[in-house]
Amino acid sequence: MTNDIIILPLVVHLFFSIVLMFFWNKVDFQKIFSVVANFIALLVAIWVFIFVYNNGTQVVQSGNWEAPFGIVFVGDMLAATLVLLTAIAGFAVSIFSTISVIRARLRFGYFSVFHFLLLGLNGAFLTGDIFNLYVWFEIIIISSFVLISIGGEKNQLEGAVKYFALNFFASMIFLTALGVLYGLVGTLNMADISLKIAEVQNRNLVEISAVLFLVGFGIKSAIFPLYFWLPASYHTPPSAVSAIFAGLLTKVGVYALIRVFTLIYGGEGFLSILLLTLAIMTIFSGGVGAIIQNNMKKVFMYFIICHIGFMIGGLALFTEVAMAGVIFYLIHDIIIKTNLFLISGLIYRIKGTTNMKKLGGLYANYPKLSLLLAIPLFSLIGIPPLSGYWPKISLILASFNAEEYWFFGALIFGSLITLIVIAKLWSEVFWKDQPKINFPEKFIYFDQLRIGQKFTFIFPIAFLTFVTLYIGFGAEHIQQLSQRIASELINNELYIDAVLKR
Amino acid sequence: MEILLAIITGVLYASGIYMIMRRSMVKLILGIILLGNGVNLLIFVLGRITKGEPPIIDSAEKVLEGVYADPIPQALILTAIVISFGLQAFAIILMKRTFKVLKTDDLDQLNTTDEDS
Amino acid sequence: MRTLILKSASSYLIPVLLIFSVFILLRGHYLPGGGFVGGLVAAIAFVLDAFSNGLEKTKTILKIHPGFLMPLGLLVAFLSGISPMVFSDLPFMTGIWAENPIPVIGAIGSALFFDLGVYLVVIGAALTIIFTISESA
Repeated sequence: MTNDIIILPLVVHLFFSIVLMFFWNKVDFQKIFSVVANFIALLVAIWVFIFVYNNGTQVVQSGNWEAPFGIVFVGDMLAATLVLLTAIAGFAVSIFSTISVIRARLRFGYFSVFHFLLLGLNGAFLTGDIFNLYVWFEIIIISSFVLISIGGEKNQLEGAVKYFALNFFASMIFLTALGVLYGLVGTLNMADISLKIAEVQNRNLVEISAVLFLVGFGIKSAIFPLYFWLPASYHTPPSAVSAIFAGLLTKVGVYALIRVFTLIYGGEGFLSILLLTLAIMTIFSGGVGAIIQNNMKKVFMYFIICHIGFMIGGLALFTEVAMAGVIFYLIHDIIIKTNLFLISGLIYRIKGTTNMKKLGGLYANYPKLSLLLAIPLFSLIGIPPLSGYWPKISLILASFNAEEYWFFGALIFGSLITLIVIAKLWSEVFWKDQPKINFPEKFIYFDQLRIGQKFTFIFPIAFLTFVTLYIGFGAEHIQQLSQRIASELINNELYIDAVLKR
Repeated sequence: MEILLAIITGVLYASGIYMIMRRSMVKLILGIILLGNGVNLLIFVLGRITKGEPPIIDSAEKVLEGVYADPIPQALILTAIVISFGLQAFAIILMKRTFKVLKTDDLDQLNTTDEDS
Repeated sequence: MRTLILKSASSYLIPVLLIFSVFILLRGHYLPGGGFVGGLVAAIAFVLDAFSNGLEKTKTILKIHPGFLMPLGLLVAFLSGISPMVFSDLPFMTGIWAENPIPVIGAIGSALFFDLGVYLVVIGAALTIIFTISESA
């Protein structure tokens, strides 16, 4: 069994999803079962992480087929870390879903699909086969289509149409890239591709496949010219769904970019210029978008786009310092973006709106809660010693060393915009007096909830805030981890040797 | 054979992308279907079309000898077809629900998500 | 559209289609066929019944909601997938085979149960989709 330990996150989520499907109509049972299941999945993920941390990269050959022929699952440090982060975010969101998502939505198999989404995410992180990566991507998007359209409100359906059209298009481009790559190298195992792509004579086709991958993953991870589906769709579903989308769905695109552009297209010079330009534009357009929005959820959505640029830019620099910054930022970003949307869900439950013009007086009414919410918001800006600060040091250092001053400027600009917008948000939502508006009447406000129900709102946010605080104050551990992952990514021989058993 | 398939692939891609860029939701679905078929054909062509034996190693030998037909592209296409079958079914139901709620087929009318609320 | 020809033809065709789907399922291990195609053929049998006799009658024939077949099939496939991990300490999804083949069916292994799971899932999914579309029309 210990050989198969990295498969376990997949096995548990698949099993829980099937069990939840059998209890399709029993919503109360599903709530409890899903929270317990996510807790078990969290324990499994911690176990996998510790195992990989101590014993190095683990490889499982599914079906007992030898590596370049069969599908392999590779648990290297990056994959194990992301599986752990997925489990943390999944646990928090499952608790948050129990009360905040209304019953009419839960009745359509919400939790079952939610576990399928987590299954797809874990699979995408763990697989070592590029076609298998496509299959996991499809599992992710099918589950996310169901989650985004469940409930069937007007703006939700509109968002779902836009989300569907562009993500399906991205999948098709990904599949095209895959076809071109298979035609060039004749293998699908990523480690094997990495060895064989150097021998390909026709470099033009290699570059074309690289650009196709960039476009395919770029749409999924919302980089500069391809992000327009994100602000049109992410705010439409309930906050719990938005949280898991914001935390993990765009990051899986970033993960795929990191994996493909370190392992397969390592030293392609033109790509780094392209990626760097896109990163700068992404930071700029995301930041400008965040300033003009008045809805909290939309502000946070533009932050997602803005901060994707940080990671893509670090990937373009492709030095060990930059990669460490990227990985640290990825760890910080998954937790913080999930938390931000949970916060917007909590504020929506308290006030019945997320429009900043209509909000106010939160600090006067809920001082302790405001303090709790301040920590993730300040971590997002990167006020030292909170978590957003540390990866930016690495990124700024790397951009200085590489003499990429445009990217350096973009980093500073992105951080400054984040600071301005969070300051505006803080003064509008927390400090300003409550403006006189008509509160919706048929609405269950936070104050009317029982204490146990309130707990399901506060606990996930507090839990994720605690993780953020750990990332900030225990930055030494995370930095060591990031550097280890970065050196594994840059010296990809380790990965290849582990997969092909050389 | 390759040239014919290459031309068909190109036509499917072009018409698929053209249909996706129309305003109608029905045409969007049609475009997605055409594009999916184009991708499948592309994988088929790029996997090299050869007339060969099945790739089964005889029990007396260690390695495969002679010309063999690569089975992997077909496996990939089959998987892609199954996936796009599910996605297209979902798309049809989604578009139908959207049409019922919004009473329009025009993608330009789908703009309540951009309103400030 | 209820025509006598379709109605009387379907009453003969449906059992043939169902048996044919099982045949395709079983031959799938070495020859073209398998769970997915077999499941689609079986789903077509029920769709044909719905065309000729109406949707309500087909539902009474099915007795259970087709959506229930999806978790059932997934469970069968899942158990056959993890069985090598549990029983013989082999990696996930390794095929384990019974030593003696059974007449008619042939060699039995975990792959057959996986295909059976796929068969059930495909019937369930295809029928759910088609019933949903035709109900809301």
